[in-house]
Amino acid sequence: MPSLKDLRNRIASVKATQKITKAMQMVAAAKLRRAQQGAEAARPYAERMDIVLANLASGVAAGAGPALLSGNGRDQIHLLVVATAERGLCGGFNSSIVRLAREKVLALQAEGKTVKILCIGKKGFDQLRRQFEKQIVELIDLRSVRQLAFENADPIGKKIIGWFEAGEFDVATLFYSKFRSVILQIPTAQQLIPAQIGAGHAVSEAAYEYEPGQDEILATLLPRNISVQVFRALLENAASEQGARMSAMDSATRNAGEMIKKQTTIYNRSRQAMITKELIEIISGAEAL
Amino acid sequence: MATFHFELVSPERLLFTGEVEAVVVPGIEGQFTVLKDHAPVMTVLKAGIVEIEETAAKKIRLFVRGGFADVADGGLTLLAEQAAPLEQFDSARLAAEIKNAEEDLADAKTEEAKKLAAEKLDQLNELKEAIAA
Repeated sequence: MPSLKDLRNRIASVKATQKITKAMQMVAAAKLRRAQQGAEAARPYAERMDIVLANLASGVAAGAGPALLSGNGRDQIHLLVVATAERGLCGGFNSSIVRLAREKVLALQAEGKTVKILCIGKKGFDQLRRQFEKQIVELIDLRSVRQLAFENADPIGKKIIGWFEAGEFDVATLFYSKFRSVILQIPTAQQLIPAQIGAGHAVSEAAYEYEPGQDEILATLLPRNISVQVFRALLENAASEQGARMSAMDSATRNAGEMIKKQTTIYNRSRQAMITKELIEIISGAEAL
Repeated sequence: MATFHFELVSPERLLFTGEVEAVVVPGIEGQFTVLKDHAPVMTVLKAGIVEIEETAAKKIRLFVRGGFADVADGGLTLLAEQAAPLEQFDSARLAAEIKNAEEDLADAKTEEAKKLAAEKLDQLNELKEAIAA
């Protein structure tokens, strides 16, 4: 039976924890709004990019065109770009992305392919390192970034392209979490190289004029598209992370509330029991006289 | 005057959308003006000023850098790598970049590097003039 002092301490500590989780929830909510705005603001660009690319790619025969579009003809070395958060305490956000990536790695290894991993974000790196230490080629740390800008994504895209051109890998896939709502984030795998051109876009029939040539435009557009995809993934990830943290902290706050209630009941009961006991002692003492 | 639909988007946000009368676009092979029913063109942009003419009286000037212009049946779309209203443009940064480019040119060893650096410097200088105008 814990003493009254123990119970009081326990309640106080749970209350302190609740205050922290509550504050974290509110911070996440504020950050979420900003991250969501960022993700939404970036959407038009990515959508227009898709359409323009689809228009251009429709003029290129299958298997022809730049290597970024049609691949380099091999499928032996896979690069997995795993984008996760820099911080924890956001529910299953990081784990679910890592789980998806891990399954992919194991499936590829079972097929006898070589796998390389590029981690964006420390949390994914920490989790993947336990199992795939040898496969991880680099960790990109975005910890110091406050507000994601295109300048943060661009070097990553360029680095990936540089590796591709140097023949370090044949196929690149990007792992991130799509933001649907505060309670729903969908871990997603998206192929970067060879580019997957959004099918289903209405391809305009008009005869385009190109300045300079079509090939030159495609050659500058494709690398940029990689950076844009990375940027979009990072923005979606940022929104997902805050959403996941918000709901995780919300349930943590609620759990703490329940615990406080339970402990308070126990505290009050044992206090009452003690008073009753003392009263009985006094009365029986008086009667004995 | 007849109007057409124009959109200017950067990776970070949608900067302008609406009906306009004319837009002057800094294409890589020269500036051109887009009016309604322009033939479909796709071109790479160079750094410069986009002049949007909503009406004859209302003009907006924006700074863009890198990207694409896509003129299609639906109107004109500019996909700019960087874009900002001219008032927000940081001329100190541009001056620093020009200085950088000049140093690059001085340091360039191979012919090719020299050519590249010279091109970049030219572009930056042109940009400076365009902004001053």
